Amino acid sequence: MTAFAAPRFMIQIRKKSGGNTMLKQVLAAVALTGMVTAAQAQTVNVTVITTLSGPQAALGEQIRDGFQLAVDQMGGKLGGLPVKLTVIDDELKPDVAVTKIRGLLESGHQDFVVGPVFSVVKAAIFKPITDAGVFLISPNAGLSTFAGKACNKNLFVTSYQNDQPHSVSGQYATEKGYKRAFIIAPNYQAGRDALTGFKSRFKGEVVAEDYVPLNQMDMQSEIAKIADAKPDVVFVFLPGGLGINFVKQYRQAGLTTIPVLSTFTVDESTLPAEGDAAIGFYSGTNWAPNMDNPTNKAFVAAFEKKYNYVPATYAAQVYDTAMLIDSAVKSAGLDHDKLQKALEKADFASVRGSFKFGTNHYPVQDFYLAQVAKRPDGKLQTEIRSKVLTQDVDTYAAECHMQ
Amino acid sequence: MTLLIVQALNGFQLGMLLFLIAAGLTLVFGVMNFVNLAHGVQYMLGAYLGVAFSRIAGGFWSALALASVTAGAFGLLLERLIFRHLYARSELDQVLATFGVIITLNEGVRLLWGSAPLELPMPDALSSSFQLMPGLRYPIYRVALAASGLVVAGALALVVNHTRAGMLIRAGASNQEMVSALGVDIGRLFRLVFGVGAMLAGFAGVLAAPLVSVEPGMGENLLILAFVVIVIGGIGSIRGAFVAAVIVGLVDTLGRALITDLAKALLSGPTSARVGPALASMLIYLVMALVLAVRPAGLFPART
Repeated sequence: MTAFAAPRFMIQIRKKSGGNTMLKQVLAAVALTGMVTAAQAQTVNVTVITTLSGPQAALGEQIRDGFQLAVDQMGGKLGGLPVKLTVIDDELKPDVAVTKIRGLLESGHQDFVVGPVFSVVKAAIFKPITDAGVFLISPNAGLSTFAGKACNKNLFVTSYQNDQPHSVSGQYATEKGYKRAFIIAPNYQAGRDALTGFKSRFKGEVVAEDYVPLNQMDMQSEIAKIADAKPDVVFVFLPGGLGINFVKQYRQAGLTTIPVLSTFTVDESTLPAEGDAAIGFYSGTNWAPNMDNPTNKAFVAAFEKKYNYVPATYAAQVYDTAMLIDSAVKSAGLDHDKLQKALEKADFASVRGSFKFGTNHYPVQDFYLAQVAKRPDGKLQTEIRSKVLTQDVDTYAAECHMQ
Repeated sequence: MTLLIVQALNGFQLGMLLFLIAAGLTLVFGVMNFVNLAHGVQYMLGAYLGVAFSRIAGGFWSALALASVTAGAFGLLLERLIFRHLYARSELDQVLATFGVIITLNEGVRLLWGSAPLELPMPDALSSSFQLMPGLRYPIYRVALAASGLVVAGALALVVNHTRAGMLIRAGASNQEMVSALGVDIGRLFRLVFGVGAMLAGFAGVLAAPLVSVEPGMGENLLILAFVVIVIGGIGSIRGAFVAAVIVGLVDTLGRALITDLAKALLSGPTSARVGPALASMLIYLVMALVLAVRPAGLFPART
């Protein structure tokens, strides 16, 4: 147990002296006396790369805040080792992200990079990070590209494979016996993937497949089309401002009878702007703030106390990511190969209740249908209504042969 | 058929919103020969100020008045601090500097109000809706928005065509040096035009806030459309801005509503799902190209 006692002792020294020289002297002394090995005296170098400027910064801030909360709760340590945490803003620009990541990797040793929010950024930073032998742990973006043949031992995804949340709504619509669906997404790759994900599990007829420009602000035209088509169910993937506009205008148009299933349209990042108009909308998800397990209850309470807003899946997934790193470092130290084995075990208490990785380092987990509701304190949140997919493995995992 | 009428109404209402923004833009561009990319920021500012004032003062109407005036005053402040120094510079300098203003103000708004989008509730008096077609209720607020666009258009037309200030604005738009040579304080005229333009954009921002999400960068989407409007309408012309705003609003909305179906009818399978939306997004630019080919100075050129 001396191994654990020693680093804690060193931290106190560092705080008191405030300087590096003193720390080094103490380290040297301690190492000489043979109380600790060099590995145990190291710090964990973690970099969080997320979007902190531009219209989508609200999502990126959840990533930053969720990770910071976990590190703070553990007294500035992960796995018992002190953390050197760097936060990088990717500006949602792949070129900027790559430049910053290259600079980071050249400037010193990194153990983990956590991020990003968006798949476009992930596609760009994946290679420089994994090639450098650094673990990239993705708390949100779950590109299919790296889930199948191109899976990588240095990549772990703690969110989902991108298709999965959308297929939840398709599965639910089929189970409910909805015959006619009106589906809408923005006109870009992720939008097309979302609708493909929905259709992969929806057995009924798709009466209209509508693609809107990413910067469209008035959704009234789509809403009129929905009223005209009279579908049994509507499925939308309208992230950010698009979703806010849709939700408000849908309610204003009085379309109360047609249920709306969605992904990333009504979540805790957009609910404050959508207001009461969002109550009753459904969302396919792997987590919700009201999920009933002690880890989650403690997480949500601590998060709201510290940041004064309700966490969304982004914050929950990155909190799990911090716990995952904590568990791995605790059992394996900072040895790369041992760390990989320890990460694969995912031996930590997840806010999602249970958590495990598939062979491709993407999660195998349950998916739920959640619904927007008002809490007793007046704030809005999504709440789990039913489990739709049990221990779902993404469709690409079979193609992955991990080296 | 009813669907078509509903879509036309939506298009007209988008047109009115565009007009409120384009009116200021076209005058500033036309009279001062100044390319102000930061005009969309005024719209965003209006929306944010609307939210802020409704929280402080309570109520939509006082927020609308206070936010419009403050946005106008802020526009004047920007004019005094930054834009004034750019009038004599090249258009590239103007574009660069005003683009810098966009970035600064977008991040400033983020610092003040945070990244998360905000909400401005509709005024109670206008929050009801009426049955327009089976299953679809149309909010009265949207009708009011379109109506206020019409009122502003009427008022501007009156001012521009029947007052002394309006005469000077028209004169300034067609020949700035001559107006100045005749002893008119062109600087004061500029400030008047600039303040009113900024105020109208702020006014449009507050009006749009209950319908759309209030977030940093919300002005840029509309700014591009507003530029299309003033290019089609003829730079410096209020009448042109009005007509072009209605055209752009209708073409954009109806195009998106109809082209997808048209593409589906003509093409088949997955191609139609891709061609339709792509074509719909291009439509207003095609219209602009067409107008420019036939009338290079726009529909109602102020300068001859």
